[in-house]
Amino acid sequence: MIPASFDYHRPKSTPEALAILGQYGDDARVVAGGHSLIPMMKLRMAQPSHLVDLRSIPELKGIRIDGTTIVIGAMTTQAELLGSAQLTAAVPILHEAALQIADPQVRYMGTLGGNVANGDPGNDMPAVMQCLDASYRVTGKTGSRSIKARAFYKSAYVTALNSGEIVTAIEIPVPPGKHGYSYDKLKRKIGDYATAAAAVMMTVSGGKVQTCAIALTNLGPTPIYCAQASAAIVGSGLDTAAITAAAGAAGALMAPSPDGRGTVQFRTSVGGVMIGRALQRAYQRATA
Amino acid sequence: MNDQTPPTREMREAKLEGMGCKRKRVEDVRFTQGKGNYVDDMKLPGMLFGDLVRSPYGHARVKSIDTSKAMKVPGVLAVLTAKELAGVNLAWMPTLAGDVQMVLADGKVLFQGQEVAFVVATDRYAAADGVEAVEVEYEELPVCVDPFKSMLPNAPELREDLKGKMTGAHGPRKHHNHIFEWTVGDKTATDTAFNTAEVSIKELISYQRVHPSPLETCQCLASFDKVRGELTVYGTFQAPHVIRTVASLISTIPEHKIHVIAPDIGGGFGNKVGAYPGYICAIVASIVTGKPVKWVEDRMENLSSTSFARDYHMTCEIAATKAGKITGLRVHVLADHGAFDACADPSKWPAGFFNIVTGSYDIPTAHISVDGVYTNKAPGGVAYRCSFRVTEAAYCIERGMDILAQKLGMDPAELRLKNFIKREQFPYHSALGWEYDSGDYHTAMNKAMDAIGYKQLRAEQLAKREAFKRGETRDLMGIGVCFFTEIVGAGPSKNCDILGLAMFDSCEIRIHPTGSGIVRVGSKSQGQGHETTWAQIVATEIGIPADNLTVEEGNTDTAPYGLGTYGSRSTPVAGAAIAMAARKIKAKAQMIAAHMLEVHEGDLEWDIDGFRVKGLPEKSKSMKELVWAAYNKPPPGMEPGMEAVSYYDPPNMTYPFGAYFCVMDIDVDTGEYKVRKFYALDDCGTRINPMIIEGQVHGGLTEAFAIAMGQELKYDDRGNLHGGSFMDFFLPTAVETPHWTTDHTVTPSPHHPIGAKGVGESPNVGGVPAFSNAVNDAFNFMGGTHIQMPHDHWRNWEAAHSRGMHG
Ligand SMILES: Cc1cc2nc3c(=O)[nH]c(=O)nc-3n(C[C@H](O)[C@H](O)[C@H](O)COP(=O)(O)OP(=O)(O)OC[C@H]3O[C@@H](n4cnc5c(N)ncnc54)[C@H](O)[C@@H]3O)c2cc1C
Repeated sequence: MIPASFDYHRPKSTPEALAILGQYGDDARVVAGGHSLIPMMKLRMAQPSHLVDLRSIPELKGIRIDGTTIVIGAMTTQAELLGSAQLTAAVPILHEAALQIADPQVRYMGTLGGNVANGDPGNDMPAVMQCLDASYRVTGKTGSRSIKARAFYKSAYVTALNSGEIVTAIEIPVPPGKHGYSYDKLKRKIGDYATAAAAVMMTVSGGKVQTCAIALTNLGPTPIYCAQASAAIVGSGLDTAAITAAAGAAGALMAPSPDGRGTVQFRTSVGGVMIGRALQRAYQRATA
Repeated sequence: MNDQTPPTREMREAKLEGMGCKRKRVEDVRFTQGKGNYVDDMKLPGMLFGDLVRSPYGHARVKSIDTSKAMKVPGVLAVLTAKELAGVNLAWMPTLAGDVQMVLADGKVLFQGQEVAFVVATDRYAAADGVEAVEVEYEELPVCVDPFKSMLPNAPELREDLKGKMTGAHGPRKHHNHIFEWTVGDKTATDTAFNTAEVSIKELISYQRVHPSPLETCQCLASFDKVRGELTVYGTFQAPHVIRTVASLISTIPEHKIHVIAPDIGGGFGNKVGAYPGYICAIVASIVTGKPVKWVEDRMENLSSTSFARDYHMTCEIAATKAGKITGLRVHVLADHGAFDACADPSKWPAGFFNIVTGSYDIPTAHISVDGVYTNKAPGGVAYRCSFRVTEAAYCIERGMDILAQKLGMDPAELRLKNFIKREQFPYHSALGWEYDSGDYHTAMNKAMDAIGYKQLRAEQLAKREAFKRGETRDLMGIGVCFFTEIVGAGPSKNCDILGLAMFDSCEIRIHPTGSGIVRVGSKSQGQGHETTWAQIVATEIGIPADNLTVEEGNTDTAPYGLGTYGSRSTPVAGAAIAMAARKIKAKAQMIAAHMLEVHEGDLEWDIDGFRVKGLPEKSKSMKELVWAAYNKPPPGMEPGMEAVSYYDPPNMTYPFGAYFCVMDIDVDTGEYKVRKFYALDDCGTRINPMIIEGQVHGGLTEAFAIAMGQELKYDDRGNLHGGSFMDFFLPTAVETPHWTTDHTVTPSPHHPIGAKGVGESPNVGGVPAFSNAVNDAFNFMGGTHIQMPHDHWRNWEAAHSRGMHG
């Protein structure tokens, strides 16, 4: 459990970081909180020769609301997300989801940028970001671009991020003031990744669902945005038939791998249960 | 009141902090301040580090090992392989179970994670890089990980070294992967009981492969002094003296030139009883390099290589009358020992004390047979917080009782009450050969049932089941009942030895002139609090305050020879030696007192902290005065000084017992569960320190919870270990861990000097069946007789699914 040796860099600005990445190419890797990368390095499943630590770059930190967009610096830790009253008021699902990531020790170190850039299907924030229709602000040698969370994940650990690019911020459209939300996660214990988890955002008017977004964690090689399942809910009063239809549509997209958490059949089944629970809680909150 | 007021008896008693006192743990002063001294804290001048190359395959031939690249890694000084070890006759080592085990792969590997080469370097980082650089060429062989397939005619032959040997350490072998068959009991009478039974049950009850998880993994620091020809080994040893003797037997170093020192140990739970390849490698490396060599395993190495526990597959049969009186018990066990039989049991007991499987019940006849087999899995078979195979036995009978109750349509608590050994039957001779020392099962069970409100719980459960059937809830309620009897305190020399060493234990007490002293014991605490409790025993016995007594264990040069701490044996065996040594001190003090008070010894009586003349309480001598006299002016003809040694060979085992109840709610849609209530009543005889007992019970219950509800070391068909890290291996945090309610009754052991029985392992032994019975009890009204552990979300969901509960 000792990583291979590596050189350590701590740039003070994004351009400086990009320059180091450019110099070493695929031998370099950025490190944020290190709570996904360092364990991989200890197992020698990752052996970067150069680690580029982003923690001393001030512009990658902070949370601000920019008109209709919330901008969260990539190096903002999960603990800082939890500590922001402004963010919790505007996007309570972020608070609910962050609280279900690991334990306080991990949340003090782990960053939002690392969580979404990592590409591990077990990470919780990617599905939440898909549910919120967030975008990732990405900067590379050739400039900056924005990638939709719903288009970012290609397969396990493979993302739309190009070599040498850094996620600098996460941009979330401010949700309507009155909305329902829920992040429901089944896990074996504190510190475990999801057996199955569902994120739901919803607006309701006159008892009928107006908008709905559903996304799933750890039920396939990437987070799963369930457009069809969401559509099955819109217009309903969230009756059993609508929930069953949504769970069915989402189920067709699930492709979890069997592991210590259980079989494919079990994980798919509880994926449906998580969707049902998240929908009901979101509906209650939207109508409370 | 002035300073001259003599202290009251209560004050004198309280000052001792003797037996029965909730004395705070003295060792915690250093542990809670980070001032413990563990192996990895030790640094010796010039110290090197060793690290192991391990097999990625479950079964493979080792074609070649190329160490040349590793030797070029900066800092790497040496790489040991079986070839080098063979030069000192240590490529293989004897196991505690009469088998032999490869220290480093000799020609082939037999399990994933097996030790293949040992890299020695100037620091642990260089050693880790060296491990990566060792090139091993393997040729994969067919793998056998399923014990049920290990004895098929075409099963791959795992142990080529045993080719043609049809007799092992424990008798004949039936197959090339068979290790032993062990049988106990009256087969004919048992078969008859089953042939004439009104009712009988038969169930395969498996206890999955698990592993203890001490905070500190196994590690050692070996230092060979070439000039003096002496070897010092600091290590995480639960039995340091045994390690010294084994080291001497397998090396050419005489025992007096080997110093084995176990410093503070961060938990053992059986994991630190055995001798592991890492230890041998560190020792050989120190001899080869002339430098101290440290070896520390990491967590994944710990889970995957140093001694698993359980992997017992028990076919349990119980015969009974329609009225629920048990008439016979028959059990066959398929015991998976992995690649080498490195089971940590007393030498003559290949299946440990599994014959305690008749449990707390008056069963007229029984027969058991155990087949041990080799598979491509890590070796071991330690007693993970239990006496030898006792937790397997307790699980078998306690699940069996529930299954029988279900078949009879009888309440499981009532079935137990009906079959308990009665108080007046003790000492009780069990059908499988044990003599139970004492017990009062009915009193304990009734107390427990009243305490948790058993009748009301059953009524609530009935209502819940009806509600479930009506579709009003998706939760099931389970009530787990367990009444266990343990057998601990190995053990009497007539039936217990390790490699020929009788399983006694020992104590040496030296009281210094001013009335304080040192107590040295052959046991070795790994967190049990011996430094606290041993002093309490002496305090009560000789009237010297516990605070004035130092307890020392673990240094084989200074501690008297002992067999170590495991199997809840410390209090039954070492605790008895302590009391006996203290009584020798007391006897000498009595002679001195008689001389000083000018009376006959028989005219004296003991009074808390000294002797007084019967009928003349003002004529007295305190222990402090008597000790001083022993050094200052002993009676004529008496040797000065105040020392005693006792080696205690127990006349019998002790038999702690307990009644545990678990109330659990299970969500059939996700398999999530909530332990609503857990009540544990323990009877461990005389209670030395109630607070430490409670702590032991809390810890053991937490481990039992982990085992029953999640822990499993699972191998796939290719011999890959899954669940070998804390990512998957279930180690509950404070969030998952239920609240524990503890209680007790006191039935002293009649043969133990202070009546104490041992408690450290009871909660693990009794806890596992209580949890498992709760889960089974939740589901059984919908059909089925047994759900295998671990009862994690997935398996609970499966149980619901297979019973048609998902629509
Ligand atoms: C015990 C434990 C339990 C955990 N449980 C959970 C859980 O339940 N749910 C969950 O979601 N996570 C969990 N995690 C992971 C944790 O949240 C990580 O912190 C997170 O996944 C990664 O964030 P990080 O800042 O630590 O990233 P790092 O580990 O530093 O990096 C992760 C990866 O992302 C890349 N990266 C990081 N930042 C950027 C960036 N700005 N731009 C481009 N690439 C970047 C790195 O190069 C690396 O490949 C757990 C971790 C541990 C140790």
